[in-house]
Amino acid sequence: MAYKIVSSQCTACSACEPECPNNAIREKNGTYIIKPEKCTECIGYFDDPQCVAVCPVENTCIVDTAYPRYQASA
Amino acid sequence: MQQYPGVTSISPQEKNLSAELMQQVAEHKGCGTSGGSGKASCGSSAAQGDMPPEIWEKVKNHPCYSEEAHHHYARMHVAVAPACNIQCNYCNRKYDCANESRPGVVSEKLTPEQAAKKVLAVASTIPQMTVLGIAGPGDPLANPEKTFKTFDLIYKTAPDIKLCLSTNGLALPDHVDTIKSFNVDHVTITINMVDPEIGAEIYPWIFYKHKRIKGKEAAKILSEHQLQGLEMLTERGILCKVNSVMIPGINDQHLVEVNKAVKSRGAFLHNIMPLISAPEHGTVFGLNGQRGPTAQELKRLQDNCEGEMNMMRHCRQCRADAVGLLGEDRSAEFTTEKIMAMDVQYDAGTRKAYQELVEHERQEKVAAKNSELSELAAQRSDIKLLVAVATKGQGRINEHFGHAKEFQVYELSTAGAKFVGHRRVDLYCQGGYGEEDSLATIIRALNDCNAVFVAKIGGCPRDELSKAGIQPVEQYAHEFIEQSAIAWFKDYLEKINSGEISHVRKGDADIRQGAYVAA
Repeated sequence: MAYKIVSSQCTACSACEPECPNNAIREKNGTYIIKPEKCTECIGYFDDPQCVAVCPVENTCIVDTAYPRYQASA
Repeated sequence: MQQYPGVTSISPQEKNLSAELMQQVAEHKGCGTSGGSGKASCGSSAAQGDMPPEIWEKVKNHPCYSEEAHHHYARMHVAVAPACNIQCNYCNRKYDCANESRPGVVSEKLTPEQAAKKVLAVASTIPQMTVLGIAGPGDPLANPEKTFKTFDLIYKTAPDIKLCLSTNGLALPDHVDTIKSFNVDHVTITINMVDPEIGAEIYPWIFYKHKRIKGKEAAKILSEHQLQGLEMLTERGILCKVNSVMIPGINDQHLVEVNKAVKSRGAFLHNIMPLISAPEHGTVFGLNGQRGPTAQELKRLQDNCEGEMNMMRHCRQCRADAVGLLGEDRSAEFTTEKIMAMDVQYDAGTRKAYQELVEHERQEKVAAKNSELSELAAQRSDIKLLVAVATKGQGRINEHFGHAKEFQVYELSTAGAKFVGHRRVDLYCQGGYGEEDSLATIIRALNDCNAVFVAKIGGCPRDELSKAGIQPVEQYAHEFIEQSAIAWFKDYLEKINSGEISHVRKGDADIRQGAYVAA
């Protein structure tokens, strides 16, 4: 899995961008997007996914089930 | 010389008035001539009073820190700080309406570079613009790089502009020294509680040390940081204003405690604002039916706190991208598209000349009021009443009743005329009020006033106001507000003493809650 941002909900407040430990978040066309291949769900960095924790709009940063669960490399 | 509204001419001799002289003649303390509590209201106050000169120098041109200055000087906010680190039940970050004016609302976000250009463009167009604030739309200190980059750019190009910022305080202790390094003179902290039990009803969560923290624990951390930040600012000589949102049934009683807590930590000014809450805002409070206070409830709380410290009553709860005098918003003239097309010449000389004219006018106003007040001194009466004033600025009664988007409210007593608030009467978005109903809206907003002073008024509203017990007064058109109000009050007392009229105590009034349509 990875996280994704529901663009219709995103206020483009930018709060998530600097919180992402993987630099996976950037602005695109007036909203923010997460690069799924960079997202580690914050595993190995923080207890909670930072984008979810800081986002002011509920259910905007959500799990993208199209991607397999992140595995921390051994 | 360029002409400015409300300012006629100035002779070379007058132009040389030194700052010291201005201070000496600047007005007596208090928002107006308030006697009573003995504490200057609006901090702010008209004037230096017993304020130390260095403090007066900091506030005399700041419309948010001086009630008197807000008649003459303008401010602007640049929306460079969209991110926030806490959630408040009176705020909805998804809401963005170009016609809506309240904190947290903006039409477009700016980069620091765009913001710096906008500030220069506005400063060149509006010479009375003296203050640049960063107030969001999120929290400036949750976006420290953008906020301080903006300050840096402006500090270099327009050093005469005062910089200020408004924060929820969570990140404040981390940034106090950086704030000081940019010579930021004024910081506002929004403090709605000092009790985490109450805080938990206002703040659903905070984002702190990489965690979303909820409930009382969150409110406790927030409160500790706010008070610590306030103490740190005070230690460094930075003037601090505390904003509090009055939420009836939640923190209305408690704000007296907040007032004591912030006063003891050196806050300069306390601004208690009414909650703005309507379902269409989509806020938690808007949706759960939490009401805002009435005009009387707000005034009573402000009066209760006034003995403790300076109270601000002229706050317009403006947008995070507002431009202009506090009662107006000219942000639509300065969109990014328009600014980027402007050829901006920053002319410090013109700005200085204008500001000298304002000082001159300010002194005239004070002198006029004082001479009128001396005649009132002989009167003895317990009557205190409110009057509303239609004004476009410069401290004069210079707005037509039908054009007024807001009225300023003064309390009159034998102690003089004291500014105690304002009422917005813009058309409401919801409900589709027509012409007829807009008059009803205005009457509800002014229901606690015995008279309304205007430059001019039409026949129909004149009759309706009179029926509602609000006397329309046109005879002081274009005169100074306080001088006129005192003169009118003197006549009023004389008519009561002679038995010609009897005094009627007025009821409560509405504070506007809904979204409004900008004219």
